[in-house]
Amino acid sequence: MKLTGAQIICEGLVKEGVEVIFGFPGGAILPLYDTLLQYPRLRHILVRHEQGAAHAADGYARATGKVGVCMATSGPGATNLVTGIANAHLDSSPVVAITGQVARPFIGKDAFQEVDISGITLPITKHNYLVLDVGSLAGIVKEAFYLARTGRPGPILIDVPRDVFIDQAEFNYPTKLDLPGYKPTLQGHVAQIKKAAKVINEAQRPLIIAGRGVIMSGAYEELKQLAETAQIPVITTLLGIGCFPESHILSFGMLGMHGMAYANMAVEAADVIIAIGMRFDDRATGKVSEFAPHASIIHIDIDPAEIGKNVPVAVPIVGDVKLVLNALNKLIISTERIDWFQQLEDWRKEHPSTVIRECEGLLPQLVIRKICEVTQGEAIIVTGVGQNQMWAAQHYCYDKPNSLISSGGLGTMGFELPAAMGAKVGCPDTTVWCVAGDGGFQMTIQELATVVQEKVAVKIAIINNGYLGMIRQWQELFYGRRYVASPLSGPDFVKIAEAYGIPGLRVRRNTEIVPAIEQAMKEKGPFLIDFIVEPEENVYPMVTPGAALTEVLEGPKETKAVSDSAKLPVSNI
Amino acid sequence: MTAKHTLVALVEDKPGVLTRMASLFRRRGFNIESIVVGRSEQPHLSRMTIVISGSTAMLEQLRKQLDKIINVVKVFDITADDTVARELALIKVGATSSSRSEIIQIVDIFRANIVDVASDSVTVEVTGDEEKIDSLCNLLRGFGIKEMTRTGRIAMTRGSLGRPPAGKQSSKAQGKRQKT
Repeated sequence: MKLTGAQIICEGLVKEGVEVIFGFPGGAILPLYDTLLQYPRLRHILVRHEQGAAHAADGYARATGKVGVCMATSGPGATNLVTGIANAHLDSSPVVAITGQVARPFIGKDAFQEVDISGITLPITKHNYLVLDVGSLAGIVKEAFYLARTGRPGPILIDVPRDVFIDQAEFNYPTKLDLPGYKPTLQGHVAQIKKAAKVINEAQRPLIIAGRGVIMSGAYEELKQLAETAQIPVITTLLGIGCFPESHILSFGMLGMHGMAYANMAVEAADVIIAIGMRFDDRATGKVSEFAPHASIIHIDIDPAEIGKNVPVAVPIVGDVKLVLNALNKLIISTERIDWFQQLEDWRKEHPSTVIRECEGLLPQLVIRKICEVTQGEAIIVTGVGQNQMWAAQHYCYDKPNSLISSGGLGTMGFELPAAMGAKVGCPDTTVWCVAGDGGFQMTIQELATVVQEKVAVKIAIINNGYLGMIRQWQELFYGRRYVASPLSGPDFVKIAEAYGIPGLRVRRNTEIVPAIEQAMKEKGPFLIDFIVEPEENVYPMVTPGAALTEVLEGPKETKAVSDSAKLPVSNI
Repeated sequence: MTAKHTLVALVEDKPGVLTRMASLFRRRGFNIESIVVGRSEQPHLSRMTIVISGSTAMLEQLRKQLDKIINVVKVFDITADDTVARELALIKVGATSSSRSEIIQIVDIFRANIVDVASDSVTVEVTGDEEKIDSLCNLLRGFGIKEMTRTGRIAMTRGSLGRPPAGKQSSKAQGKRQKT
């Protein structure tokens, strides 16, 4: 049976199990929108800006592990997706973006709303397509989804000219793929795994650094088994948070620029580092030439190009984390490391890193801590970028995979609200908290309308300090307190929420935090809380940019801790 | 340690592949000396020869990054292998009636050809490795080189043990073809 290009795409989406598409229509893509009527299974969520569609698809993908789908029209529609696509690319998020393009006879003529989006997105997609023949469309859709979710996942863009949506072709959804240049290595090399096991078994002070690859490969049990059997402390990258329960006795938090001081010290002292599904990003390593000076590094990653890219590796293992750990675990000898853990515990006592100081005013750290208490650590936290992101990473206790969704690689302010929306659409039964800064929130604030129209019950906590907080912190510490372009006014967020039809509260006092969060949780739909926090609160610990991980600023010491000495597992709060 | 390396890439014959590779070279800061693209023995695959200077670590990174491009089927470094490498050049040399015979002598010594003669110039076609072409150029420079174009290096490993183009199976198939 012959189908139109638009129908072929929809059939493909259905076959790939797509349930929801985030998008925004326009001239070139209208034939596809018209066809959506025939496919009620494909829920379309109309965003208010295409950037929101890409972030929402990304948030959906991260929360569910499925491929997120977004679409936009040609020209400005497509370029508005670019930030979201780049964001998905840097964090290896499986997203398929479908864009309309001007009809084939107009391509290259600078036609109305024509832009070379496949050219523009070339370096920020895993792969992309410009479809010039309706006959190739079914195969391309199939390939796109396969490429997006396998190997090292990433965004795929399919650019479809208007007349290709209308052209007809016999519909055969291929069962086989012809990708001679794409064969991700899944099984680790046996000899390398043996070598790694030997290195681990002989190690005195081994340390696991786990990244998002563990989450994407679903290797939580395998990681836990490795850590428990060989008694190896586990620290994570920002995006790796949740791949190992933070309440676990072997968990030593996050490393990097705003990581726990003791985690960074562990990196410094370790004699063996087992880096799993992570890529030695500069925010994680600090000054790379001084990273882990005493350690030989075992690096497990599915992307061979990540191995040896930033740091020299002693034992490289290319493969799927879950499969490699499975094989590795069989060769690991159960060990006790009393001295090593004693050392780590001493450092944790000396440098607790997540202590909240006593303060009259409202502290952002306390807000996060209380959200953690009220949600009992069961929520998905979606953050913006900057101070709010770091406090959310430091002060919530993440025990489950995918419980923190954050823009790591690209650091995209404005990610929080649309991504939280995508996460909530994907996981309607889980509480989703969007932790935003007052700066980033204003970048994609328009999606409040989408949240209301589509009845997406996200809870929003704005950490409102009247500054672009992280910028101000850098200016305070490294630019002689010259606050250029970082003080920032905002609207009355509660009134804004109200205008969109979302109930909200403003919180100024510590005592009001918990009742407000509880009220938000009681509300069936979305809810917004504007937390007016201490304006000049800094994120600590902090490794000076460009310095080694050991050069940590730990913040004012003279103040007394408010209650807990450090972030505690939820069960202990 | 910087040295010249020769990479061979087999890529799918699809639109945009060269752009993808060029974009990668630019974005990751790899400086290419030459890149030659043409058909290979397999109908849907093009073969590229890339010459690049850099450290071994940089080259390894380039090879891996190229391999990540979906349309790139296989990349191998043949620098250390025993290879045949050739380059073609067309050189238009100023020639008067008095200098022409001298040019022809030089061209003969180099086993090059004269492919065009005009009243004030001759055009020389030469094939060989870079050094041979460089030395011919040096000799001809004295006559005045008016125009020159060089293709850049193409290369292949010697003997029947060629690198597998795409996995072991196709290497067998290739072996058979060579025998017949």
